[in-house]
Amino acid sequence: MEQQFWKKVAPMHEVGAAVQRVDAIDKVKGTAKYTDDLCPKPCLVARVVHAQIANGWVRAIDTTEAESLPGVVAVFTFKDVPEHRFPTPGHPWSVEPAHQDVADRRLLDDRVRIYGDDIAVVVAEDNVAADRGVRSVLSHVDYEELPPMTTVAQALAPDAPVLHPEVRETNVLARSDMVTPLEGTGYDSVEEALADPRYHHYEAHTETQQVDQTHIETNVCYAYMESGRITVVSSTQIPHIVRRVCGQALGVPWGTIRVIKPYIGGGFGNKQEVLYEPLCAWLTSQLGGRVVEIELPREEVFQNTRSRHPMSFDVQCAYDDDMNIIARSCSCLSNQGGYASHGHALAANAINAFRWAYKDKVGCHTQASTVYTNIPAPGAMRAYGMPQGQFTVECMMDDIARKEGWDPIDFRLKNLMPEGYSDPFNGITNHANGFPQTLIAGREASGWDDFKARYKDETGPIRHGIGMSAFVYKTGVYPISLETSTARLVLNQDGTCQLSVGATEIGQGADTVFSQMAAETIGVPTSWVHIVSFQDTDVTPFDTGAYASRQTYVTGHAVRKTAEKFRQNILDYAYELKPEARGLTIAGGEIVDEAGEVLLGMEELAQEAFYSFRHSVHIHAEETAQVRDNTFAFGTCFVKVEVDMPLGRVKILDILNVHDSGRIINPATAEGQVHGGMAQGIGAALYEEQLIDPATGRLLNPNLLDYKIPTSMDVPDLKCLFVETDDPSGPYGNKALGEPPLMPPTPAIRNAILDATGCAFFQIPMTQQRLVAKFKEEGLI
Amino acid sequence: MMRFVKMTVNGKTMEVGVDEREMLLDTLRDRLGLTSVKRGCEVGECGACTVLLDGTAIDSCLYLTIWCEGAEIITTEGLLARDGTLTPVQQALVDEAAVQCGFCTPGIIMSATEIVGTGKRYTRDEIRKLISGHLCRCTGYQNIVNAVERAVNECADIAERVSAEHAGDDAV
Amino acid sequence: MYDFESIHLSTSVDDAVAALAADPEAIIISAGTDVLVQIREGRHAGCRLVSIHNLPELRGIRMCDDGTIEIGAACTFREIHEDPIVAEHLQALCMAADTPGGPQLRAVGTIGGNVCNGITSADTASSVVAYDAVMRVRGPKGDRDIPVSEWYTGPGRTSRAHDEVLVCIRFPRAGYEGFAGTYYKYGKREALEIATMGVSCLVKMDADRARIADIRLAFGVAGPYPKRAVATEDALRGLAVDEAVAAVGDLACEEMNPRTSWRASKEFRLQLIAELSRRLIRETAIKGGADA
Repeated sequence: MEQQFWKKVAPMHEVGAAVQRVDAIDKVKGTAKYTDDLCPKPCLVARVVHAQIANGWVRAIDTTEAESLPGVVAVFTFKDVPEHRFPTPGHPWSVEPAHQDVADRRLLDDRVRIYGDDIAVVVAEDNVAADRGVRSVLSHVDYEELPPMTTVAQALAPDAPVLHPEVRETNVLARSDMVTPLEGTGYDSVEEALADPRYHHYEAHTETQQVDQTHIETNVCYAYMESGRITVVSSTQIPHIVRRVCGQALGVPWGTIRVIKPYIGGGFGNKQEVLYEPLCAWLTSQLGGRVVEIELPREEVFQNTRSRHPMSFDVQCAYDDDMNIIARSCSCLSNQGGYASHGHALAANAINAFRWAYKDKVGCHTQASTVYTNIPAPGAMRAYGMPQGQFTVECMMDDIARKEGWDPIDFRLKNLMPEGYSDPFNGITNHANGFPQTLIAGREASGWDDFKARYKDETGPIRHGIGMSAFVYKTGVYPISLETSTARLVLNQDGTCQLSVGATEIGQGADTVFSQMAAETIGVPTSWVHIVSFQDTDVTPFDTGAYASRQTYVTGHAVRKTAEKFRQNILDYAYELKPEARGLTIAGGEIVDEAGEVLLGMEELAQEAFYSFRHSVHIHAEETAQVRDNTFAFGTCFVKVEVDMPLGRVKILDILNVHDSGRIINPATAEGQVHGGMAQGIGAALYEEQLIDPATGRLLNPNLLDYKIPTSMDVPDLKCLFVETDDPSGPYGNKALGEPPLMPPTPAIRNAILDATGCAFFQIPMTQQRLVAKFKEEGLI
Repeated sequence: MMRFVKMTVNGKTMEVGVDEREMLLDTLRDRLGLTSVKRGCEVGECGACTVLLDGTAIDSCLYLTIWCEGAEIITTEGLLARDGTLTPVQQALVDEAAVQCGFCTPGIIMSATEIVGTGKRYTRDEIRKLISGHLCRCTGYQNIVNAVERAVNECADIAERVSAEHAGDDAV
Repeated sequence: MYDFESIHLSTSVDDAVAALAADPEAIIISAGTDVLVQIREGRHAGCRLVSIHNLPELRGIRMCDDGTIEIGAACTFREIHEDPIVAEHLQALCMAADTPGGPQLRAVGTIGGNVCNGITSADTASSVVAYDAVMRVRGPKGDRDIPVSEWYTGPGRTSRAHDEVLVCIRFPRAGYEGFAGTYYKYGKREALEIATMGVSCLVKMDADRARIADIRLAFGVAGPYPKRAVATEDALRGLAVDEAVAAVGDLACEEMNPRTSWRASKEFRLQLIAELSRRLIRETAIKGGADA
């Protein structure tokens, strides 16, 4: 691609090509099947009864009237479901109890911890009957109500009611406190360095909002029973984890659950959690195995599924006159809402994102607390806690540069994470460093210096500015959690092959890049690799699923290892057929010898292997890759804005993301990933925000009209560049790309507004109303 | 109450027995098996359920089936040629890598089909406005706008060629 | 599937009126883009509907002999936006009709529904108010005309009786002749939006092109329902454009009464009223022949 002007990777054959998505044709024909498309209709419809308080208990519930309504088949309440609690996040399981996820969920509960908590469920012949049943139940509920705690401060108050006394004595789910090694720095603490009068001092407080994933397909699943086992078909990123959690929730052996994952209409982390599948599985088990479907209305997706954690940060920095960062501290409070979900992992990521991009001459002290409250529980969302911390540090970098009159890019370059850096706490290492190039390339491609010069002394109500931000991201979850994946390859009679992985296609293009990887290693064209796109836990190899930008890296290793074995198995059979041959290999789909002579085609070999009277073998390979490494991906965003101050409007004139994600497996799908992330970053910067009524704990904007994601008229043309590196730890030199693109636009827009108006914002989204209030305060309008 | 509605769906005239409370979206998906028509919000805010009603793109979630008496409805399933050839809109979405999760795709195809059907050319900003009734969370719309622009230009080229040929006919 | 008990498919306006008269609880439904959303929320569960969907009597945009422009209540936003009569004479309405929801909604949603729901943020409503339109409704006793100034009776309420159907909206010549018009919808994003503030501005310039001969300024979301700033208009009449621009902010903020909601604060809406009024007067005056 002409855009890649900086490249130090050697070309491959299939990997690196802009191969057409393997699912593109089915999706444009409208024949690609998503969960509800497969559900046999009519089926039983389940609607959850959601509490109309945010904190308290159901003291009485009467379902008699609801059960008598025409079309209502059954009503179940918290009294009917198993007593025990189970964990829901899409993490790899741990065999060590101390590392297992917090089990704080029941299928239905009388303890109400969020507005809209699940207290009962109505199963009916159609949605009208089900909704009538829900309204009937709701008119027969008595609550004992406590005031809702929507903020961390409320939940930390000494007399605050404890939301989960069974798992924690207070509302603090977890805390962490880390100081980078100080040996040889001459300081005993980071605070001592921060207080050193020889240095300049910076302090700030930032607040980031609750963002919704807003996949266009809502959360949906259906379940039925066959041969005494339960099948759950679900729009999920993590089918094998859904199997485990359903087993745990129902208290049945995990093998009695079968999970099928069809195409899914986006997830962005919200489907990296097991939300309604266990209830759906339990319902079919109570109703004779009939098909029961739970398809969440959009409002319930907002209120009852996950979101990005609202966080606040208090940061300090000491720096010297030579642009060196001396020391930093960062204290983060993460609002966990009513359930542990993915919990403290997000806050831990946030403070790592604060720390990683820049080095401290002395050290960095980071602390984080994750606290239960009564807001709808946040969980996983694309980039998983990192955007909040990155926003904070990128505010800091620009504010300092502006105060000192330094160029923000030069200031960052001076302090950037160096090649070979290894995290002192978890050992994650900068194996391949394209980080500086993402700044240098962006500066040039964005016309940074010209734009700065052009609008240097602008006055009047309309102002122009350019801003940038940088980020660091890791690849997968090792060593915090297990990284393991299996792939399977089976040779077909025509010489093509089937590839099966437990990793999931969720729109990001995983199936396409896995096909390219397998083809690269086997030595065949990508079109010869037929990937099985649906996962079925009965037949699909194990993989924990789509999250943490892990699949091209971790599953990529499994695909590579399997393809190497598969290739070897093919060649072994080729030697049986051509015992005199030497140095056999597969190239372009043919078996060639060391002289480059074609000895036989793959189809010929496959036919022989299948049907030979002499030796029939069904050539296949299945390998597990356990990955014990991790690596950093890098990038930047450059944004030009026009700010109409009296109206509080920010127009994005130009936006560019630059990424070092190692080797790009497929430039076309990679660019698509970047574009989507950029639009999400724009939304988070300017308008996306879940608004909670503090008096009731109710979400005020649980719909697509009032929760604003960008429309096609809200984003400008999106530009991206790749600075390619060859990461030695990646299966094909690649590293994370899926999540990172959404991170840098948000702080880059913030910094562009700062450049345009001189106003520094510390809270996102930077809504029109907040902008106008600030501009008034500063006397700009 | 059940009622019969006579309508033409993807070129086939049929009488469909429906519950009068059904939205067109329900009828197309659950009675006719046309599952390209997606349910994203049920209140006309996402565009995933867009179909052509008498040639105009509408949200099928906010439309009662009993209002469709005598109407002609086209869904993405109805666009495919018998030999499987894609329409210029569908092909452009493939070629421009404009498909990711694919859930908004059929709806966008229907709006784009109406747009290219005019035979007119549109600026990128006009295209952005014409597809602004569709929410997409994967693509940032970049490649979708590219694809619609490409299909618009291809179809306008054809329309202009045809009209130039006809102009030639008149001259003769 | 929607939760209603029954739906009467009216064959004519008179049939609809009779059905409404016969059932005091019945709800009238036209395109359904508001009513169906409310039903889905469970607000009218089990209700009985009287549908006037697509009645030919309610369609069409006509220029009458006396210069009155008549827009059928069932005309869609898209039809109105694309209509040449509207584009020429009712510029503000033409612009406003291009702003509700997205294209699919505009292809279905009607101006009648937009003014009958009584909602202050209704995009076309402030222009209907600005052009001093007349609402023609039909009831059991026949047709009656209601000046738009008497149409809104409170938030979500109009003077249409239960058994009346809005047939058309009439724009008498005096309401539009000589006026240039602009509508501005201010939202948080550029499409699929509910107005944070909607402003419809009509300006008629003097023959000398320097002074404002007449002006109408109507706001949505600046009070319980769409409303003209009549006192402001009175104060601005006869002023030069620059004078009007300088004066309008304070005047309009004084006269209008937006409220704080979780969507936007009163202070912010007042800022929008002031700033948008200034910009729209200048823009509309230029359209109307003022020197730029």
